[in-house]
Formats: sequence, C-alpha cells, structure tokens
Amino acid sequence: MLVLLGVAVLGAIWEGYKAWAPADGVKLFGTRILPRTTDASMPQLSTIWHAFGAPEVGGAITFGPTRSVLDSVITAATHTLRWAAVGFAIGVMVGFLLALLMDRLAIFERALLPYVVLSQTVPLIALAPLVSKWGQGSSIGSFKWHTWMSVAVIAAYLAFFPVAVGMTRGLKSPSAVHSEYFRCAAAGWWKTLIRLKLPAAVPFLVPALRLAAAASVVGSIVAEISVGLDGGIGRLILTYSQQATGDPSRVYAAVIGAAVLGLVAAAIVTVFDLALWRYHRGVGSR
Amino acid sequence: MNLTRRATANLLPPIIFGVLFVAGWQLFVRAADISSFVLPAPSDIWSSAVDGHSRIVSAAGHSGLNALVGLLVGAVLGVLLAALAVRVPVLGGTITPLVAALAAMPIVALAPLLNNMYSPLSTLPRREVVAISAFVPIFINVLRGLSRLAPVHRELMQSYAASGTAVLRTIRIPGAMPYFFTGLRIASSLAVIAAVVSEYFGGLADGLGSQITDSVGASDYPAAWAAVIGAVALGLIFYIAALVLERVVVGRRATSPF
Amino acid sequence: MSDADAGQERSAAVDLTGVHKTFAVRRGSVVALEDINLRIERGEFVSLIGPSGCGKSTLLRVIGDLLPPTSGQVVVNGKPARRARLDQDYGFAFQQAGLLDWRTVQANIELPLELHGVDRAKRKDRALELLELVGLSEFAGQRPPQLSGGMQQRVAIARALAERPALLLMDEPFGALDEMTRERMQNELVRIAGETQAAVVFVTHSIPEAVFLSDRVVVMSPRPGRITEVIPVSLGDRTDDTREAPQFYAAITQVREALRGKPIAATGAVVADIERAQGAL
Repeated sequence: MLVLLGVAVLGAIWEGYKAWAPADGVKLFGTRILPRTTDASMPQLSTIWHAFGAPEVGGAITFGPTRSVLDSVITAATHTLRWAAVGFAIGVMVGFLLALLMDRLAIFERALLPYVVLSQTVPLIALAPLVSKWGQGSSIGSFKWHTWMSVAVIAAYLAFFPVAVGMTRGLKSPSAVHSEYFRCAAAGWWKTLIRLKLPAAVPFLVPALRLAAAASVVGSIVAEISVGLDGGIGRLILTYSQQATGDPSRVYAAVIGAAVLGLVAAAIVTVFDLALWRYHRGVGSR
Repeated sequence: MNLTRRATANLLPPIIFGVLFVAGWQLFVRAADISSFVLPAPSDIWSSAVDGHSRIVSAAGHSGLNALVGLLVGAVLGVLLAALAVRVPVLGGTITPLVAALAAMPIVALAPLLNNMYSPLSTLPRREVVAISAFVPIFINVLRGLSRLAPVHRELMQSYAASGTAVLRTIRIPGAMPYFFTGLRIASSLAVIAAVVSEYFGGLADGLGSQITDSVGASDYPAAWAAVIGAVALGLIFYIAALVLERVVVGRRATSPF
Repeated sequence: MSDADAGQERSAAVDLTGVHKTFAVRRGSVVALEDINLRIERGEFVSLIGPSGCGKSTLLRVIGDLLPPTSGQVVVNGKPARRARLDQDYGFAFQQAGLLDWRTVQANIELPLELHGVDRAKRKDRALELLELVGLSEFAGQRPPQLSGGMQQRVAIARALAERPALLLMDEPFGALDEMTRERMQNELVRIAGETQAAVVFVTHSIPEAVFLSDRVVVMSPRPGRITEVIPVSLGDRTDDTREAPQFYAAITQVREALRGKPIAATGAVVADIERAQGAL
C-alpha cells in the first residue's frame, strides 16, 4: 500500500539526511535550520527500534523487576488512554448537552455561540497548569479527588468545544425542505430532534468526535506534565528526555508511543463511525 | 432600522452573558472566600495583568513571533504539497493518509525530540512544532478545495482541450480559495496554541507558556491567569487577522467564521 | 478560431455514420446509442428530442468528442471529432451555465480565448462584441451570482461563440428557466444563430421549443437509444407570431405523435384538422 511506501520514504529521508548532510546541520545566515546529524541529535532508526527492547534501568518505575522500554511505553500509553477516555466521555456529553440547549432555546444560542466559536481559536490548553491545582487532595463526602481526575477534566475541557461546534452545525444542517415537512406533520421539538436533526447531524458529529478524541489525548498528555502525574505517557516522555543526554532514542520510543495512542483514539472513533453507516450522506458535509 | 435591531439581538446576549459571567465569578470568589490558588478573582487578575503587562507583552511577542514564523512556513508547505498531491495522484495517495494520521497525533509531543536536535537556546524547535501543526489543517482543506471539480466545469475544460495545468490554474485554484482560508483560520489558532504549549516541554523559556508555568511554580496564580489571558488575546489577534485577510482577498465570497 | 478549408466548404457541419455507444455497467452493458446516422448541414438548426434515456445527451457528447463512440464514424467540420475539438471548431453550452463565480461576466466570456493564447486586447474586443450580441453590455463587470438564470445562460452562449465556431452544441440550456424567459431566450437564440450562421445541435425535452427553433427535429427513443424519425419543420422566419400559427401546432402534433410512435399524417392534413376545429369554436 502507498502508505507503507510513504513511511518507508520518510525513513529513507531520515537516514539519507544523516548520511549526506553536513555533521553540524544546515546553516542559513548563521542560524542552524536543519539539525545536526550526530547520533545524539538524530538517532539511527535501528537504535530507536532497539530502544524499545532495552531494559528500563533507572526509569520512572522503580519497583519490581526491570521491564523493557516497550512495556513501559505500553503501560503508560494505556493509562493516558484511560484518562483521556474519561475526559472524552465527559467532554462529549457536555458538548452534546450544550448543543441541544442552544438548539432548544434561541436565547442561549445567541448568548453562548460566539463564545463557543471563539473558544476554538484561543489556547485553552494554556489553562492546564492552573486547572490542575483544582481539587487536588480535596474530597466531597466519600468521593476522593484523585490527581488523574484533574487530567481527565482538562481533557474534557478540550474535547467539549469541537463536539459543541460540530453538533450545533449538524443540528442546523437539515435542509429547509425537511424541516418544513416536519413542521407540517406537527412533530414536536423532541420528535424532530430524534428523527430528523440527530440523524442529519451524524456526518458533522463524527469529524468533531475525531477532533475531540485527538484533543483529549493531547490534553491528557499536557495535563500530565502540568499536574505532575506519574504513570502516563506525557510524564514518561519528560522523564526520558531528562535522562536523555547521550541517548535520546528512548524519548523517540515514548513519542512514538504517544503518536500511536493518538491513532488508536482516532481509530476507535472511526469504528464507531462505521456503525453509523446508515446516516452517512453523499456530498460535502465536512 | 432592521439592521440595528438585528445587531442588537445578536450582540447583546453574548455581551450580557459575558458581563454576568465575570461579575458572577468576582462575587463567587469573594463570597465563598476562595483562595487565589484555586481561582483568583477577576479584579486580582486584572491588577496583576496591569502590573506585569510589559512582561506579558514581551512574552506574547516571543510566542507570537514563533507562531507567525511557523504559521507561514506551515501554510506554504501545506499549499505546495496539496497542489502536488492533486497534480500527481500517486503522490497524493501516499501523502494524504500520512497527513490524516498526523492529524490524530499529539504534535506537541514532538517538542522534546526537536529540543534535542538543536541547541537549548534555539527557537527552532517550537517553530517547527507550530509549522507542523499549521501545515495539517491547511493541507487538508486546500486538498479538499483543489480536488473539487464540478462535472460541468470538467466537461467545459474538456471541450476546450485544456491541459491539466490550465485546469488547475483557471478552475481549481480560484475555486479552492475559500477552502484555503478555512484552513488558515484553523491553522492560525493552532499556531498560537502550539507555540504556547510547546514551551511546557522545556527548552527556551521566553514565551507565554513559560510565563504560565513559572508563575504557577512561584504560586503567583493571578500572574499565571494574566499570562493565560495574554495567550487568549494573542489567539484572538491571529484569528481576526486571518478573518481580515480573507475578507480582503476574497471579498464577498468569504465564508462565515462559524 | 476555426478556419474552413476550401476542401471543406461543401462538407457538412456534422456527419455521423453507424455510431454506436455502449456503456459498461455493474451487470453487463447498456446500449446508449444504436446505429446513429445523421448529417447536419452548415448553418442548419437541428434539435434532438426524446424521453429520458434515449441517448440525446450522449449523442451530443459523442459529437463533441467528450465521449468516444464504441464504433462508427464521427466527422465534424470535415475532420474527425477529436481533431475538431482540438481545433476548437465548436462551442458547447450546458444546462447549468457553468460560469466561474469568481470571474466577471467579461472574464468568463474571455475564458476560452485566454486558454488558447489570444492576447489581451483582442480578447477584450471580442468579449465586448459578444456581450453586445447577447444584449448584456451593461453587465460586463458583474459577477455570475448577481445575474438571473436567463442572463447567465446568455453569458454561457456568448462564451460558446467566443472563437467563432461553425457549430454550437447545446445541452438543454434553457431547461432550468421559466416559460416566459424560455421563450425570450428562444427568440434570442434564433437571432444569434442567424447572425453567426453557425450550425446548432440542440438537445431538449420541450416539443414547442424544438419546433420553434429547428429546421429539422430528430426524434429519438430509448432502450436502445436510436433515431426513430427526422421531421422537417418549415415555418419561415421565426417571430412571436410563429408560436400562434396553425403550422406551428401542426408541427408540434407531428413531433408528439412521432414520440408516441404513431404514424404521422402529412402536415397539410394536420393543419386542416386544426383549422376545422378552430372554426367549430
């Protein structure tokens, strides 16, 4: 498949650059614009491959037998996936409800929609270090706030806006012909919602969910670093990069793990999308 | 007459909501006596912002420059590769799925890798992260725009015995302009976000991202919030600039910002 | 611009011999056109009419070398169809005008000239000339979204005439217009065709339109697509009064009966019937 060819080409470019470019990188007007080709700066692909199998000595997990880097990466990625999933679920629910609210009551739409649109443009993730302090160590009754919940909240924060926007656009998408028919048939708001607007919204919702899934993963990773939560892949990347002075190949391993995590999240949404094949529409709804 | 009424109906609710929100926030913080490390009052944030404004502005300048450079590079690359992908379908078949995969990945996670490749004082790593983040939406949208060719236009060009390049020049590219600007709007916001967040991963600490983390580290939460607002303002500036550019270039054909 | 060679002076605008067109579909194939033989003289106006699926649009595209025939010969302007297309011997007008929204009306008309390397001054002159021909001179600087459907079609026709083709191929260009605009456009088209002396092959669904515009009406039927009847129409110079003449209705009746597959009475007999009916009222 062409994709594999593409990946192979990328690999070839990597190694090719290492082989042929000047050792000190490529300089333009005195500033280096392309990196040094030493192994410390750009590890060989084979080194990265082997790094996965190497034992993890002095790593984040110090109890029990030493495990391979691959194990660490997979475990960390799984943790991050779980927190991102919780955040995703919350974000999707909130975004969904907000879109429904704006559909039901026009005044809410007029008041909130500009903020929802603007929120897509501003770096909300900049709030991560601040939000992380909320709820730390507090408890409501018997419900104890764990640190990972802050991570999930930040992930939810980032997931909620694409879902709200996509859902709103989708709910508005039915053509005038269809909407008028439902009015003729004296269908109430709820019935129109279930039978017309929601099915019509599917082609808009799915790309939004994919965006939200990616956003949840990014949010989780950044949040882990800001919150200082161990066990996830964000923290693992940081840990490895702090150890990395002579051998950065582990950092590559962890980053590849994070990249794969993002792909897995998107793949899950795509599977969900396939289940909704009946609501797919032909032309440009994206 | 109608225009004023429509403007009021559309502008008033969000403004009122915003004012109520800030007022509510202020009251809640004071009344519930919430300590500033959880949620500072708007008034505290404002005074911190005023006091430290030169610091925030200079940090915003660095982050903004990173975002701008990365955005330009990413945009140019996005347009060129999209045009290439349309003109040479085999290349398109290879590149497009890779970019789609890239869209699902946490691009900021590349920051530590890039930091490693350059000297610790280089601005290049974060600019490259921004470039990649901006490249993705522009590539995807420009590709979509260039790929559209209405059947009637296709047959028209066929009747003119026009070459593929002529079709690209006269129909695909002008038709793709609205799509380019949609991508640019998304990319401009992502550029600011990437510029700020890439600083959370270490490296040169002169932008808004480090301002935020440093302030949190020093437990100066109003200052951190003030820096966040600086980041929000920077994002808005970029977004509005993209909107203005679209209006100037495409005029009446500009799509709504939503 | 197309030149007519001395040797082509006598040749027909379009000459189709034994043209077949088959499309491969999911299960087997569809015969869109079967054994089409048709000759259209220079300056002649011919309509193709028939129910959906009779192949009239396909035939138009085969003439224009937008689709290759499965077998048979297509000669346009004395040349093979492909050569005629490369030499730009014809102009094509589509049902959706197909104008480019981001270009002004004038720039739209200049499009084919631009593509074929005509210099700016000559392009401008030609475009203005054509705008006057179709009666849209004041709209040169407007953009298509600002024009009505009828006006957009006029621009499309002007564009089709840009390189002075000897042949116009038109695929239901007035199909999306209302009846009043349609009749006005038919009057315009007759005038323009007369002034430019172009031959026209015109696909339509409308019997009165086919009769009003044409010298001959080619009736087609589907499954497989073929020509069932070619009906000559002699109504003289077309004016608004033509639409109310008994001969007009007679010709419409002839075409309608051909479409239904009934044997056709001679025009005279039909006219006599109509006049008798009118007398009885």
